[in-house]
Amino acid sequence: MVIKLQDVHKIYHTGEVDVHAVRGVSLEINKGEFVALMGASGSGKSTMMNVLGCLDRPSKGSYFLDGVDASKLDRDDLADIRNKKIGFVFQGFNLLARTSALENVELPMLYARQRIDGDTQRNRALKALEIVGLSDRADHTPNQLSGGQQQRVAIARGLANEPALLLADEPTGNLDTRTSIEIMGVFQKLNDQGITIVMVTHELDIAQYTKRMVVMRDGKIVSDTPVAKRLIAENELNRLQAEQKAAQLTG
Amino acid sequence: MIYLAIVKIAFRALKRNKMRTVLTMLGIIIGVGAVIAMVALGRGAKAQVAARIAALGQNTLMIFSGSINRGGVFSGFGGAGTLTIEDALAIENEVPGVAAVSPEARFSGQLMFGNNNWSTEGRGEGVDYLSIRQWEIADGAMFTDADVRSAAKVCILGKTTADKLFPSMDPVGQTIRIKNVPMKVLGVLKAKGVSMMGSDQDDVVIAPYTTAMKRLAGVTTLRTINVQVASAGEIAEAQNGITELLRQRHRIQPGRDDDFFIRNPQEFLEAQNAAAETMTALLAGIAGVSLLVGGIGIMNIMLVSVTERTREIGIRMAVGARGRDILLQFLIEAVTLSSIGGLLGIGLGVGGAQMLTALKNWATQVSLDSVIIAFIFSAAVGIFFGFYPARKASQLDPIDALRYE
Repeated sequence: MVIKLQDVHKIYHTGEVDVHAVRGVSLEINKGEFVALMGASGSGKSTMMNVLGCLDRPSKGSYFLDGVDASKLDRDDLADIRNKKIGFVFQGFNLLARTSALENVELPMLYARQRIDGDTQRNRALKALEIVGLSDRADHTPNQLSGGQQQRVAIARGLANEPALLLADEPTGNLDTRTSIEIMGVFQKLNDQGITIVMVTHELDIAQYTKRMVVMRDGKIVSDTPVAKRLIAENELNRLQAEQKAAQLTG
Repeated sequence: MIYLAIVKIAFRALKRNKMRTVLTMLGIIIGVGAVIAMVALGRGAKAQVAARIAALGQNTLMIFSGSINRGGVFSGFGGAGTLTIEDALAIENEVPGVAAVSPEARFSGQLMFGNNNWSTEGRGEGVDYLSIRQWEIADGAMFTDADVRSAAKVCILGKTTADKLFPSMDPVGQTIRIKNVPMKVLGVLKAKGVSMMGSDQDDVVIAPYTTAMKRLAGVTTLRTINVQVASAGEIAEAQNGITELLRQRHRIQPGRDDDFFIRNPQEFLEAQNAAAETMTALLAGIAGVSLLVGGIGIMNIMLVSVTERTREIGIRMAVGARGRDILLQFLIEAVTLSSIGGLLGIGLGVGGAQMLTALKNWATQVSLDSVIIAFIFSAAVGIFFGFYPARKASQLDPIDALRYE
């Protein structure tokens, strides 16, 4: 089991009002799952994302990540957990500007507690870039890459330390439909190789590419169902291409 | 995390904003440069004073005849004419700690040789005068006790005087005329340079004091008695001994003022030395303030940099950087700024000091320790002023930092 949440609460003390963002969530995610965490804004899914990503600690309840109780760790230990066990993919890509793709991918290895020598870092980063299909862009800086390519670099960075969990926060939010499907294709490929992925999204059609949908509302899980009609990115891309061709012919 | 990697990150960040980096460094460069140049200037002044102390001769006392008040008009020092040759001999023989004595009388007059003539300061001295002043003969010889006893018509010349009277020949053995008295030149002194008052010490002619008194000045009393004390520790004792002896010899009643006074030139120079030191401290202090301002500049820029790079900090934290890693990254950036600034400042300071010497002829002395201290201090400025911004960066919340626009 990769993730085990037990009755997790998160309360923010902002001024005089306490905001109860997460109200008792219990959830288990096994190795190899591909989960979409859904919900409208204010549903508590971002807070859940922060807790799952060890960026924040639950106010109450426990969180086991890959066998480690992450709910009682201090700042430094949380940093180490993030480094070792979690790969982040963000909506805004969050790559270091004016820094090559390769160096961006190397970043998590730089902060590894167990030192990784420069050559190993480079080789692993190149391998990660190869997995996302960007080995020929290793020397490019983010502003020389398209949005989809930047997100691929971010995914490669997420894979660098071989984490237990790939955590994606609206990874397609800044991308057009076609690129979004491509990125989902990358995720599906990674998932097929056994990587556990949790993706926060509010787009139902994007969630269709995952295997399991967890929907939150008002800080609670309201539904947790397997994806019935799962979309396969490859097929969708082919269909999109065919549609475009047809449009060209008729237009 | 590998420290080398942190250093690399810091350098890259500095390279990215070259203009800003250079301007920030400029504060430190100017600060360190100013400190080094000012300290060099102060040290130079001190060294000059030290050289003058050495030129005066060690452990010397000068006894002057007191001034006299005639109807409300004071004569200058020496005007009272209270010091006699006997006083000088008594001091030499009776005061413990006194190693050598040279009675001094002054005379003036045009020196003539052939078609050349020169007006200079004439001094009548004892044979020990040169050893008291630590002055040496360059050519020829000093007059002897026998010359003093017989008030012989002999003299020795300072370097300047010799050059003026004898532009193209050896003065030793020649006879010059002073106030129409023919005087044989026995020797020429080594050059001693400019005195602390700025006068040329080599513009002088020295004759036996007996000759000066009887033949040249026509006086019966001494202007000064130069005394050398055996060691620095005995100066105070000798000074008291001389005072006591002279009061007794001059029959001065208790409670009345001395009719002479004793000057300890070292004291005067030490005061000058202290003034030079104060000046150094003051200049270095002012320069230090500019270094401080440079440090504040670093802090300012680092704070801006932390704010600008909040998102970067968030990314680094998200992928596992600990607070300490971030702290170190910004601290190294600040220290790199300040220590490279320090190195360039050392260059500026040393160059500036040499320029002051070359252009203004001011004595400067750049010492290794001031360079090392300035460098360490500039690095410390980086740590001190970089710490607050770096700490601020390290304490950012990763969630807020990632969301920062």
